[in-house]
Amino acid sequence: MSTMKSAPPSSKGKGEYRVIGTRPIRHDGVDKVTGRALYGADLQLTGLLHGRVLRSPHAHARIRSIDIQKALQLPGVKAVVTAADFPPAGDKVEDLGEGTVKLRDLCGNILAGEKALYRGHAVAGVAATSPHIAAQALGLISVDYEPLPPVLDVRKAMSPEAPLLHDDLFTDDLGEQASSPSNIAKHLRHEKGDVGEGFKKADKIFEREFETAMVHQGYIEPHNATAHWNADGNLTIWTSTQGAFTVRTQVATILQLPISRVKVIPMEIGGGFGGKIPVYLEPVAAVLSRKTGRPVKMLMDRTEVFEGTGPTPGSYVKIKMGALKSGRIVAAEAYLAYEAGAFAGSPFFCGMMCIVAPYDIENILIDGYDVVVNKPKTAAYRAPCATSAALASETLIDEIAEWAGQDPLSIRQLNGAKEGTRRADGLAYSRIGFLETLDAAQAHPHYKEPLKGPYRGRGVASGFWFNCGLRSSVTASVNPDGTVSMIEGSPDIGGTRTSIAMQLAEVLGIAAEDVRPQVGDTDSVGYTDVTGGSRVTFATGYAAIQAARDVEQNMKQRAATLWEVAPDQVQVSEGVYRNGKNSLTFKELAAKLNDCGGPVSGQATVNADECGVGGGFATHIVDLEVDPDTGKVTILRYTAVQDVGKAIHPSYVEGQIQGGATQGIGWALNEEYYYDEKGRMANSSFLDYRMPTALDLPMIDTVLVEVPAPGHPFGVRGVGEVPIVPPPAAIANAIYRAIGVRLHRLPMNPGRVLAAILGR
Amino acid sequence: MAKNTQLSFVLNGEEVQLLCEPRHSLLEVLRDILGLTGSKEGCNNGNCGACNVILDGKVVNSCCVFGLEVQDREVTTIEGVATNGELHPLQQKFLEHAALQCGICTPGFIVAAKALLESNPRPTEADARLWLAGNLCRCTGYDKIIRAVLDAAAVTSGEVTPVEVTAGGRK
Amino acid sequence: MKEIEFEAPQTLTEAVALLRERGKDARVLAGGTDLIVQLREGKREPDVVVDVKGIPELYNFSYDATSGLLLGAAVPCSRVYNDPVVCERYPGLIDAASLIGSIQIQNRASFGGNLCNGSPAADGVPPLIVLSAVCRIAGPNGERELPAEEFITGPGKTVLEPQEILVSLRLPPPPERSGAQYLRFIPRNEMDIAVAGAASYLELDEDGKTIRAARVSLAAVAPTPLLVSEAAEALIGKPASEDLFEVAAEAARKAARPITDMRGTEWQRRHLAGVLVRRTLQGALARARGTE
Repeated sequence: MSTMKSAPPSSKGKGEYRVIGTRPIRHDGVDKVTGRALYGADLQLTGLLHGRVLRSPHAHARIRSIDIQKALQLPGVKAVVTAADFPPAGDKVEDLGEGTVKLRDLCGNILAGEKALYRGHAVAGVAATSPHIAAQALGLISVDYEPLPPVLDVRKAMSPEAPLLHDDLFTDDLGEQASSPSNIAKHLRHEKGDVGEGFKKADKIFEREFETAMVHQGYIEPHNATAHWNADGNLTIWTSTQGAFTVRTQVATILQLPISRVKVIPMEIGGGFGGKIPVYLEPVAAVLSRKTGRPVKMLMDRTEVFEGTGPTPGSYVKIKMGALKSGRIVAAEAYLAYEAGAFAGSPFFCGMMCIVAPYDIENILIDGYDVVVNKPKTAAYRAPCATSAALASETLIDEIAEWAGQDPLSIRQLNGAKEGTRRADGLAYSRIGFLETLDAAQAHPHYKEPLKGPYRGRGVASGFWFNCGLRSSVTASVNPDGTVSMIEGSPDIGGTRTSIAMQLAEVLGIAAEDVRPQVGDTDSVGYTDVTGGSRVTFATGYAAIQAARDVEQNMKQRAATLWEVAPDQVQVSEGVYRNGKNSLTFKELAAKLNDCGGPVSGQATVNADECGVGGGFATHIVDLEVDPDTGKVTILRYTAVQDVGKAIHPSYVEGQIQGGATQGIGWALNEEYYYDEKGRMANSSFLDYRMPTALDLPMIDTVLVEVPAPGHPFGVRGVGEVPIVPPPAAIANAIYRAIGVRLHRLPMNPGRVLAAILGR
Repeated sequence: MAKNTQLSFVLNGEEVQLLCEPRHSLLEVLRDILGLTGSKEGCNNGNCGACNVILDGKVVNSCCVFGLEVQDREVTTIEGVATNGELHPLQQKFLEHAALQCGICTPGFIVAAKALLESNPRPTEADARLWLAGNLCRCTGYDKIIRAVLDAAAVTSGEVTPVEVTAGGRK
Repeated sequence: MKEIEFEAPQTLTEAVALLRERGKDARVLAGGTDLIVQLREGKREPDVVVDVKGIPELYNFSYDATSGLLLGAAVPCSRVYNDPVVCERYPGLIDAASLIGSIQIQNRASFGGNLCNGSPAADGVPPLIVLSAVCRIAGPNGERELPAEEFITGPGKTVLEPQEILVSLRLPPPPERSGAQYLRFIPRNEMDIAVAGAASYLELDEDGKTIRAARVSLAAVAPTPLLVSEAAEALIGKPASEDLFEVAAEAARKAARPITDMRGTEWQRRHLAGVLVRRTLQGALARARGTE
């Protein structure tokens, strides 16, 4: 493991790097624009069977029995499995890479045990010779359900009269275990200063309540998994996943296999945003393969993606702030309750960490609750839980700005966090760029241009995400022609294999095009945590830098041998190796390696948690127009300013910002899980789960502010998640200016906006 | 046992023949029988465009066409967009503009955009957004996709000055 | 999807004969954008799918000034809006043709299919109603005709017997000083099912002001698309004005019987019915005056 004593980030400005900051064509690009790239559903294997999952139609029900006989008799059906085909789970706790989970819950979500806990909960799996036969077989499995009353609202679930999902779930209340079961899985608290004293000092106190609906990450590629349980007991899994190693861990744990028996090959992945970290199909495909002796491929359809995977929590947030006449905020108190879905373990604590994180507030009290309800077990969605939190804090700050007679950006500058500011959860910031994003927003032509016209409004909002470090591995081998084959462990969801290759190239003094990057499987590359948490360019990039330095050391040795001097007599700079009058470029030296010791490779595994990951901040500006007769909102103009540390490949950094902002816009205006009173999602298709189309948006301008993060040699900060945090609040603030009414519920769909206009 | 029916049609300029079941969609015929996995399934109900192909000159959702409906017809898929190993300007511009992140929607967009440029060689930004509204992308926010399409149009229509895009949005 | 048989008759006679025999277990396939999805979801479960796109009468598409527009039941929307004559003569129809779904859907979906699917929210139906389209139906007992407003009888239900097939629609030639418009309300800008839709048709007297004829139709606010005769009655014989249009809008709001579902609430739809009737009357007026 490489040590994390990092050199301070290079203070190189624009144009002082050869590769960093340029925009090479991504290495996997041609395959992706020609349809050749292989995603999980594209896999073809000899003897393949096709699997499908039977899902509970009830939101809450006891499962009395499952009869699979008729299904087994359908010609073409080769196996049927239920939870009984998994080994018993016991009380183990497992780490998934972005939090821990009870193994019993993990297994229970893959195939239901005693209870179906949400509509869409997997109950059985079938393998057959064609997908159509497998689907038909589902209709022949009879399940005896005893329906139970569902609980579908987070606050109702918290009340003592609510039906219980689990009779063995006891609230972990600030570390103390409750004595009777509840739907409240956990209560955490962050405290700083004394809010009681703080509110006494305030000239005015503001308090608001907010509700957000459950939403889905909406990746265009449905889940897939292919498993082959070989006759020698080795299990191979091909899957579109954000983390091959976490799949390996989850599957090995669920099936109680030694890790060495499981190999996971990550296919190309069609979007994840946090939703493709938990496994769903993999263990089912594995046991079907074990029973049939053949590889089994399983795909979800879009309805299953909505009803049977991990959308992100809906929430109830109550926030209170005390302000002085100057606009200075002296106290903040927040109560956040998030839906865990069927099993405990939502990312609720992330909302707690982010809610007022952009601000320097002396007195803060934050209480957060993880609450189970009869909906799919929730998963992370791009800065999980921070968007709902920011909706509350960023609109309340807008109210304070108006009361104090302050420009919304100025009030944020007045209260803004900087290096040394301490958050309520205890962490003090290193060098951050929040104030710089406010300055850039204020100076931007968008903000300077007045917005004219009736029913038009401009809103701003800021946001924060802490970004993750975690562990990554990279291996690099020098080829005789001076190219470098690089294997890294981070599935590439948005162009990261190229940004990692660029960092390697920068260190070695070669061109980005001379690196051949590959995403490895669990047997071919060292341990690497998930592609998520905005960590890949930072942490896997760091590993690439260290691997490059390892290569460089070895290359120096070879040059020394060639020139018959001691290795410390060889200098290398910008990829040129020198000793006195001797000089060789990387390419030239690569061609001579067999003359001076043989091939060269390098390796690094880093634990990026040890090097001080820098959090990211953003400030967004949106102009919109409301049709007063229909409540429809049209986005006129959108500008997203973000501190990105250092943009390795600016096009893909811009793309992360534009994509995250767009998801936030959809979340703000139209997306929601629409449930009926029986707990059935009525809109589980792309027709009625309304994500933005190209016709719903203008161009999205991005401003990349670069305040280098101290913890990375090039100053990289994670960028992927922050962009989704501000949009709903920015849009809520803009709608207020357009129609004079503040909305406190997401989505702010036309019906709700119309109701606000008509005063209903 | 489902009854297999013979199907022949022109695929990317070449005649193909195969057996399929009546219930197979064109998308299933392409992916599962012919092994052309470039067209993707995103929703299977005509709402995302990931499965787009060009049928007799018109872009359609292949998930909403039965295989047997293309008997003796002409189909172009993403695999037929590049010619003789040379990328179509759309493909080249998508790469240059970084108009893809995960890439799953990209084949559908390129096929749909190809049909756009064949119908309207010099689309405006508004034309392009309207035409492509049936193709969902969750990664990019469409900005770079639209720029790539307009830039490709400049190439395929032989003009040098690219069409103006609204820097910063609608007026 | 369950197993199906696939038939593709090449003449109307063949199709009628096939449906006479298998009609109860059959479903006619034109564009397929509704039917294939329904089959996949198990909402309709025919044993045989009858592809009618090879039958000439269902693909007819012609206009002449005497008999008007002949629109075969399987003619896709994109063919309709790519015809410059039809665009000029029937802009109200073009409104719907270019709104349904997306480009991809429009290259397959047809007005005939939209009618036969029988959705209360069908975008194609209100323009057909206000433009006085007549449906030609063929069956084992011969042919019959009926006005478009009588075709859909309930959500997903039509007057067609299982052995019958919708052959084509005929729209009369538009009189001078007439115009029509269709508008719908959706939360996004494309792809959605209408929360509410309205079509209005106006014909003006020589003074260019007095309304000689009017038809108003609503979608998505009742179990079937509606022909709102009360709105028309309020308009006919009077000079066009904003206030008059508001009276018609009120009549439309009263006639609407909307529900609350995942696409909209009852009060919202009722409100939108009024807004859209007012707006389409303004649009129809502008087209009637040639000032659009």
